[in-house]
Amino acid sequence: MTQTQQHKPQLVVVGNGMVGHHFIEECLTHSGHEHYQITVIGAEANLAYDRVHLSDYFNGKSAAELAFTNGTLYNRNGIQYRTSTKVVSLNPDAHTVTLDSGENLRYDKLVLATGSYPFVPPITGHDRKNTFVYRTLEDLDAIKACAETAKTGTVVGGGLLGLEAANALKNLGLETSVVEFAPRLMPVQLDEAGGAQLKSMIESLGVRVYTATATQKIIDGDNAVHRMVFANQEGKEQDSYLETDLILFSAGIRPYDQLARESGLEVGDRGGITINNHCLTSHPDIYAIGECALWQGRIYGLVAPGYSMAKAAVAHLFSTGGNAFTGADMSTKLKLLGCDVGSIGDAHATTAGAKTFFYQDDIAGCYRKIVVSADAKKLLGAVLVGDNSQYDTLLQYYLNGIDLPEQPESLILPTTSESPALGVDALPASASICSCLNVTKGDISTAVANGALSVADVKSATKASTGCGGCAALLKKVVDNELLALGVEVSTDVCEHFAYTRQALYDLIKIGEIKTFDELISKHGRGYGCMVCRPLVGSMLASIWNEYVLAEPHVSLQDTNDRYLANMQKDGTYSVVPRIPGGEITPEKLIVIGEVAKKYHLYTKITGGQRIDLFGARQEQLPAIWQTLIEAGFETGQAYGKSVRTVKSCVGSTWCRFGVNDSMKMAIDIENRYKGLRAPHKLKFAVSGCTRECAEAQSKDIGVIATEGGWNLYVCGNGGMKPRHADLFATDLDDKTLIQYIDRILMFYVKTADRLQRTSVWMDNLEGGLAYLKAVVIHDKLGLAQELEAQMAHLVDTFQCEWKTTLQDPQKLKAFKPFVNDDRSDNNIIFVEERDQIRPATEQEKHTLLVNS
Amino acid sequence: MQWQTVCKQEDLIPDVGVAAIFEEQQVAIFYLPKTEQKVFALGNWDPCSKANVLSRGLLGNLGNKLVVASPLYKQHFDLQTGQCLEENVSVPCWAARLVDGKVELASHENREC
Ligand code: SRM
Ligand SMILES: Cc1cc2nc3c(=O)[nH]c(=O)nc-3n(C[C@H](O)[C@H](O)[C@H](O)COP(=O)(O)OP(=O)(O)OC[C@H]3O[C@@H](n4cnc5c(N)ncnc54)[C@H](O)[C@@H]3O)c2cc1C
Ligand code: SF4
Ligand code: FES
Repeated sequence: MTQTQQHKPQLVVVGNGMVGHHFIEECLTHSGHEHYQITVIGAEANLAYDRVHLSDYFNGKSAAELAFTNGTLYNRNGIQYRTSTKVVSLNPDAHTVTLDSGENLRYDKLVLATGSYPFVPPITGHDRKNTFVYRTLEDLDAIKACAETAKTGTVVGGGLLGLEAANALKNLGLETSVVEFAPRLMPVQLDEAGGAQLKSMIESLGVRVYTATATQKIIDGDNAVHRMVFANQEGKEQDSYLETDLILFSAGIRPYDQLARESGLEVGDRGGITINNHCLTSHPDIYAIGECALWQGRIYGLVAPGYSMAKAAVAHLFSTGGNAFTGADMSTKLKLLGCDVGSIGDAHATTAGAKTFFYQDDIAGCYRKIVVSADAKKLLGAVLVGDNSQYDTLLQYYLNGIDLPEQPESLILPTTSESPALGVDALPASASICSCLNVTKGDISTAVANGALSVADVKSATKASTGCGGCAALLKKVVDNELLALGVEVSTDVCEHFAYTRQALYDLIKIGEIKTFDELISKHGRGYGCMVCRPLVGSMLASIWNEYVLAEPHVSLQDTNDRYLANMQKDGTYSVVPRIPGGEITPEKLIVIGEVAKKYHLYTKITGGQRIDLFGARQEQLPAIWQTLIEAGFETGQAYGKSVRTVKSCVGSTWCRFGVNDSMKMAIDIENRYKGLRAPHKLKFAVSGCTRECAEAQSKDIGVIATEGGWNLYVCGNGGMKPRHADLFATDLDDKTLIQYIDRILMFYVKTADRLQRTSVWMDNLEGGLAYLKAVVIHDKLGLAQELEAQMAHLVDTFQCEWKTTLQDPQKLKAFKPFVNDDRSDNNIIFVEERDQIRPATEQEKHTLLVNS
Repeated sequence: MQWQTVCKQEDLIPDVGVAAIFEEQQVAIFYLPKTEQKVFALGNWDPCSKANVLSRGLLGNLGNKLVVASPLYKQHFDLQTGQCLEENVSVPCWAARLVDGKVELASHENREC
């Protein structure tokens, strides 16, 4: 420790959860660490992680992926931290806290961010083995271990978290039940009809729901580990019961307020550390933030208000001029067990004079209610079950006090004609767009005005939509609207010749069975076409019908590279890339490549994609080069197309001492299956033989890693300009399921991605992102799976090596002649030698060479 | 104007270009059967990339101009004038026509066409 640090005042943060961590980030933003020596004490073994997405831990996200920091952030900024360490007492007068090790820490300022713990009702037997709560990574580890032997699981509590936990149990393969004490599910957020609707939807998914049911005691079961004996109306034991192997309590949360309570700070009657608008407790040197804090008699069980408190505390501590805490909106929108649920404001119509409208559709399975003010001018609250499409609009009416339309019910009635959607135009600058990160419409306008001209840029500038992600659609609308206001064209038309998006054109081609560009433009477009729509349509026709790309009607659509089936280099010559599936090549084939390179005097290089590129071929040499390559058994590598490129592989279990599966064979099979597939952008795959990941599969559009149990599938990664790690999509797949999923993912991408959009950007732009993609591919949410597979099967069946076809057509070969009326070749192509190989001469060199000759 | 035959109509491919040598210069000849003029001829040399590649570019229209896009850096050249739309450069331009299955160019280079 340096001298100056020792003399800095001490700021101690108790609790390293979501809010405690956010507090530190806020301190760093305001250089608070330069004024205070900051120390953070956390009881959990892990540093702060994303508890909101805790359930993703069961879906394959690792603890490292959920972590907010691995300590680097703290180390770099001189913040001291301790994990697995509990603060056991607090002495406000002495300004000290005592750790469970017995050590005392002195502080000048203290921040309590201790969060809360799950409440376990004191039922007899609540502490038997195989009973759990759902709050931390350790809890989930324990649940997972138990689920390996358990067959049935029961969640006590049918609130928001309970239903999320039930979903997790169901995904772990348990037969799942939910027992709720209240007469309906989600009693806090939903009204009776909404709760009933949700119950019937959840039951149809195979989860049993008991409402108005209290458990009297838990004893040994006959056919399962536990028997939960239910109480009757009078609270007396009755003979109804439920047997289950695993019990998970989710009966609400209680603030961790013992430290405050025992040291004499003011706490609420029903718990919670009392704070004011600056998040100060009753002691002037102690703040409390997050779920342990009680503000105006309320505890907020959501992360966004906690983040606002962290900001307010920092604002007060460092006099940054930031806002005080003035309460937060508790509206929620979520998907529980696949059902949309939304609750806004005064869902129970408790405001005096409030009027309600509701709409229920038992066939489609949806229920909507709005609560409006007595004069029907303002929206006070809403309940949505089964369909959240109106949530964003309703929330904006509510948050911004926007005047309701003449007939408020039109907001929830089924949309026969155009529904009165609330234009983002109508929102005031103060409208909150992203409540997790507290980003307003005004913040977004500023970001756009400062040069963030896309949703991605605005996201990184404002952090909007980086929390729960629920605001993604709205954010896009606001960004588009801002761009429009700046006069930036945000037309989604592909170009001046087609007033359609790529996806719409794709559907027009497919449904209308359109086979040529001319037919498409005469039916649905105008003009002659251009450099945007011609290759775009060429690519879509290839993705759908898979005809030979140089066939007469298609040749004028091909970009130069596709037209000559080779990549044009800076001097007008071409490169040649034969396919080398998985990077595996026989010595014979290597020799052929070497001989071809020698004969035609080509520059030879191993590519980044585990194959060999031959550069400097003149247009007229391409057919002869390919003739030799094809005779030796090579096929085109499609390095020129927006299409499947390479499948990178490691040697895998055949040779490597660590390999757990034959990655080489899988790579070759995958490459041979998808070769030739034309897509909105290029596609790169890789297969590794074990988690050491020598093939770098996690940087690919499709990455496959062998596991003891099969294959883990990663999707939507890339290197290039904006590297992005792939996301884990599914684990331990068998060969067949792996291919099935890849088929579906690729065809869904081909069908819905925008032009020149790689898979990563595509997925980030899908509303619902990875989860949605999983729903479509794994759970067949759109009922498309079969169609996607059939279409891929068609493409696989109709694959042809374009070079082979071309070599058989004398007419096509004519096009490789440099001049239609002369046998010479381009005299501007001049090479010089460097490191024993050719390279294009520079302008200067050309000049000298020409003068000398 | 002095018309001279450069190649046969059957050497052309609809909606794409070919290269030819005309009076010892490389010319890119574009065949757009659906337009009124049908054939166009520009220099094959792309001043932006300094390579003989314009005959291998994609064809289309931008507004009311018929254009070819350079295959290397994608600048557009007006088929009727040789003017580059993005940069202040232009390429030579010949008058062209189809006569009895032959492609004819006007023998003198004419920047204005
Ligand atoms: C030859 C090669 C470099 C090498 O010498 O190793 C190469 C060469 C070219 N790359 Fe690449 N890329 C090559 C591997 C890569 C890799 C590494 C890899 O695949 O493992 C990457 C990053 C990984 C990725 O794509 O996710 C890569 C990222 C790019 C990008 C940026 C893509 C992006 O999403 O940001 C472009 C530009 C584009 O496609 O728009 C590009 C475009 C190109 C083009 C096609 C540019 C062009 O239009 O002329 C280059 C010409 C290829 C040719 O003439 O044959 N190349 N390029 C590699 C060929 C691999 C192969 O066997 O097919
Ligand atoms: C499964 C699940 C899903 C959720 N989903 C959502 C959602 O969709 N949206 C939403 O807004 N919210 C959600 N939440 C709630 C959200 O996670 C919390 O609001 C948020 O974590 C509160 O942050 P916090 O820092 O106050 O508390 P926590 O994140 O709980 O952190 C408190 C930390 O302090 C530690 N601690 C406590 N006492 C001591 C002590 N004496 N000494 C040292 N350390 C101590 C605890 O161990 C803990 O690590 C969810 C919660 C769960 C469990
Ligand atoms: S990924 Fe695994 S199997 Fe493949 S080479 Fe590396 S260590 Fe060996
Ligand atoms: S509202 Fe949760 S990320 Fe924006």
